[in-house]
Amino acid sequence: MIEFTDLTKRYGKFTAVDHLTLHVPAQGAVALWGVNGAGKTTVIKCLLGLLRFDGRITVDGCDVQRQGRAARQRIGYVPQELAFYKEMTTYDMAEFYARLKGTSAERIEPVLEQVGLAEHQGKPVGALSGGMKQRLALGLALLADPPVLVMDEPTSNLDTAARSQLLQLLVQVKQAGKTIIFTSHRIEEIESLADEVAVMERGRLQFRCPAAELAPRLGLRTQVKFILPGHQLDQALAILHSDGLAARRNGVGVIVEVAPGEKARPIHTLRRADIEVSDFEVE
Amino acid sequence: MSGKIIWALAQKELRDALHNRWFLLYTLAFIGLALALSYMSLAGAGIAGFAGFGRTAASLINLVLLIIPLMALTIGAQSLAHEQEQGTLAYLLAQPVMRVEVFVGKYLGLALSLLASLGLGFGIAGVVLALANGAGSPAAYVSLVLRTFLLSLTMLSVGFLISAFTKRAGVAIGIGLFLWLAFVFLGDLGLMGTAITLHLPVEQLLWLSLLNPLQVFKMAAILDINATLDLLGPAGIYAMQEYGAQLRGVFLALTAAWIVAPALAAYVRFHLRGDL
Repeated sequence: MIEFTDLTKRYGKFTAVDHLTLHVPAQGAVALWGVNGAGKTTVIKCLLGLLRFDGRITVDGCDVQRQGRAARQRIGYVPQELAFYKEMTTYDMAEFYARLKGTSAERIEPVLEQVGLAEHQGKPVGALSGGMKQRLALGLALLADPPVLVMDEPTSNLDTAARSQLLQLLVQVKQAGKTIIFTSHRIEEIESLADEVAVMERGRLQFRCPAAELAPRLGLRTQVKFILPGHQLDQALAILHSDGLAARRNGVGVIVEVAPGEKARPIHTLRRADIEVSDFEVE
Repeated sequence: MSGKIIWALAQKELRDALHNRWFLLYTLAFIGLALALSYMSLAGAGIAGFAGFGRTAASLINLVLLIIPLMALTIGAQSLAHEQEQGTLAYLLAQPVMRVEVFVGKYLGLALSLLASLGLGFGIAGVVLALANGAGSPAAYVSLVLRTFLLSLTMLSVGFLISAFTKRAGVAIGIGLFLWLAFVFLGDLGLMGTAITLHLPVEQLLWLSLLNPLQVFKMAAILDINATLDLLGPAGIYAMQEYGAQLRGVFLALTAAWIVAPALAAYVRFHLRGDL
């Protein structure tokens, strides 16, 4: 569905993206992973035709540089933080973008319903919360029901609750058969949304792997904080260490570093030792 | 190019103009001053010179020369730069639209906003004059309105050119204000100074002054009201003798060039821009 062939983007002497070749299959979901400056956002901007580049990108056979409009007609875009015309209402905003996309106004209400903003359609966009704005961005991206969804760090500016709500919506969108390409630095986002990850470093594609293999391959660890009874903290630390877990004391609890797929393991270890976990938090 | 997309963008610009405090302020200032000038022109009618519409038109020329370039330059200068600064331009261009549609849509929307503002200012002043039984030539007044609209388009194009080369609205407005000063004051004074220092022949003086679109507007507007440019001194007399009936065409061609050339240059720059 999306083909990057030898994509290179230079700013003077600096090469932001260096001969990237990548295939995103129809109905597949590929995440671009990398530290800041790895070139992920530049790839997205090239895909959207916002930057000139060497090489070739096609979306459903349409060349991004030669058939820009046709390529973008197949794309719904969700930016990191949507820059809105704040004085417009949610409905007016949707209507404006529906006109630009050549979509019937009849699509607006079902889409606002889908992203949970039907009750807020009369509100000025400036009055919406950060989570609502990102859901509106998703709604606008889905207005013309495009086959491809392109997202640049879609949840990075959201709090935990808003992030989880948006992620649920994105999973539904994926299940509906959209082809997705997105950038992210959040492992839980990648694990729940991506089929495959393309790891970038200094503009180059380092390797591709299934999403579930990213954390072990990169040695990524998740920190989980457990709140425990004060008199059992030392005992808990000893038991966790004896089970091979990296744990340290932190105030009224302990912090344990685990692989992303093993977050429940410390709970089982502590329960076997009859230590009650009153609460926990994933950091 | 899609007319529907251009019109959607133009309508949004019109709507934004209603929310733009600067735009409203300029419009109110123009209406207020136009009314004041109409009143004063009527009060002085019969003493000398023009009367009614014609007299008001003459008074309005100087008001137009001050306010309209300021309004159009700053509005144009903000257009693309403000959207780029806000991040809305990149999001807009990520939609299935072409850059030419975005450019033309914005230009059309702002041009219509300026037309609405001028229509309101001149319209209210015109109604006051008609009610006060202003005698004279309504045709001169109408032609001033049309010429003012063309002048606003020349300055809007220059404003767009500034906007296409800047990323920040504040910088764009600053450059716009500097150019406004250059067109309104430095142009006149600089020309006078150059003419005196270099002892310019009258022909060169005329053509140098015609490089400034504001001077073109002034000469054309005076010609409409007075049917001669003798008021402007040797350069005016020379222009009348040398070009006579062709002058109106020359003025129109120069105005059209000032509208098209900066707008075209702005579009080329906007089209080639890759740092959005």
